[in-house]
Amino acid sequence: MKGRKNSFYRVLNLHIPLIILLIFLLFPFYWTFVTSIKPERELYGSVVTYWPRQTTFKAYKDLFFDYNFLKPMGNSLLVALLTTSLTLSVASLASYSFSRFRFRGRRAFMILFLTNNMFPTVLLLIPLYAIMRNLGILYTPTALVLSYTTFTIPFSVWLLNGYLSDLPLSLEEAAMVDGANRPQAFIRIILPVLIPCLIATGVYIFMTSWNEYTFAVMFTNEESRTIPVALKNLIGQLGVQWDLLTAGGIITIIPVCVMFFFAQRRLVEGLTAGAVKG
Amino acid sequence: MRNKKAGFWPYLLIMPALLVVMAVVFIPALNAVLMSFQSYDLRRPSEIGFIGADNYIKVMRDSLFWSSLWRTLLWVLFGVGFQFVFGFCLALLLNRPFRGRGLARSVSLIPWVTPGVLIGLMWRWIYDGSYGVLNDILLKLNLIDESIPFLARVSTVFPAVVVTIIWQGIPFFALMLLAGLQGVPGELYEAADIDGANVFQKFIQITVPSLQNTIYVTTLLRIIWVANSVDVIFNMTGGGPAYASQTLSVYIFNKANALNLGYSSAMSIILTILLLLVAIPYLKNLFRNQEN
Repeated sequence: MKGRKNSFYRVLNLHIPLIILLIFLLFPFYWTFVTSIKPERELYGSVVTYWPRQTTFKAYKDLFFDYNFLKPMGNSLLVALLTTSLTLSVASLASYSFSRFRFRGRRAFMILFLTNNMFPTVLLLIPLYAIMRNLGILYTPTALVLSYTTFTIPFSVWLLNGYLSDLPLSLEEAAMVDGANRPQAFIRIILPVLIPCLIATGVYIFMTSWNEYTFAVMFTNEESRTIPVALKNLIGQLGVQWDLLTAGGIITIIPVCVMFFFAQRRLVEGLTAGAVKG
Repeated sequence: MRNKKAGFWPYLLIMPALLVVMAVVFIPALNAVLMSFQSYDLRRPSEIGFIGADNYIKVMRDSLFWSSLWRTLLWVLFGVGFQFVFGFCLALLLNRPFRGRGLARSVSLIPWVTPGVLIGLMWRWIYDGSYGVLNDILLKLNLIDESIPFLARVSTVFPAVVVTIIWQGIPFFALMLLAGLQGVPGELYEAADIDGANVFQKFIQITVPSLQNTIYVTTLLRIIWVANSVDVIFNMTGGGPAYASQTLSVYIFNKANALNLGYSSAMSIILTILLLLVAIPYLKNLFRNQEN
């Protein structure tokens, strides 16, 4: 009797609220997908259908053949990969320094990196636009790579610092007693242990640059534009073609979702370590 | 215990990161300060030059600035407030054991990895006045008699964009709080059970105090991000209709897009100062923790 009552309460205070929240969070994605496979007739018909009566992948085909969606995908991939490698290199060096040395100005430098995220993007957008134009790198991938590297450094340093602080010092001390110098100890001992954490951090960086819009819209042109800008540009003079737009959306989130699911556990650990400890 | 006499190594190692940050954040930030004291409208290149505090004076007299600032306040208050409430609920639910918990945890984070542009556009389609699914659901439930063009009406547009930002932010709060919950020692709850505490007493007296730090850090980060967020509103409404959904950062972005760089710099300096005021307690706390 008691067991039955308990499971009734469990449904009431666990399953029902959880299902409601998950429906709220996931329904927009379902709707985006359904929209992308509806034929136009059904999309703008008088009845809203919750599963297409007729499915079609025409929007996906059009996107690649008529709108050359591969081009912005390639641009996004290039920018995201370059940003990821650049940020990972400088952030791992910096976080190694923060976690292994106690030096004058350490605290100030750490704060400097962390406050970096507090500047409104709109504040930096305007002068950066002018600077990039003067340097002649406006509308090239370099402009975006530089900007994204800066935004991803603080969180990456934070993440990697958290992982590194958990690694015992004795690891490289042992190597250094054996005659290795510091760079050797870093490359041979620390780096291999750090690889899973580097991957997780890399996924975060990749996601951030893959998704960014505000800078991309100002720093790119027809040639160099990235996916978020291309998505927005599907909205033409004649209004929005929702089947194309939602198909583009689905294509955009699939790679980041896949990467995120693989790196999830460690990324979540790293993200939260700072907040829980600090 | 850690290496104290490391010489130049630590400085050398942070140098690359420092250079990038300097080049892309601090120099432009200084530049923005300079620009805010100039007439800097790219459509009127002949007038470019220093004009003292004129931009700031104009901003102070700009009623659109004040209404956008007020809207930013509401945007942050309701946006972050409800993100926190629903995020906390989700974290508490996901912390309890049930079948499929791993999957539920993963999928509930998807909004967090979705680009802001796409979020804006997805919700624009949901809110659509003619073919939107929200109208269809509300009509079927008999909650409304005729379709509402949510994003085209001054009275409904702001609540509509706030719901979207809440949706976007729930996963991040849930993620951080869930990790925090796992750090709460189980003995505390056991002891409370022995004392006969009920669920709510345990929540108020154990869960909330143990999560204090997480709540604090996450909320502050979120306030700053939400206040700065441009892409969601910009792609849903562009700030309209009749500026009814324009927050300060969207206003600044629109002005910058219209190439009036001096004026938008002045407004962004004001926004930065306001956000720094919010962040000072956080930075102080950070400073203290780094010391130990």
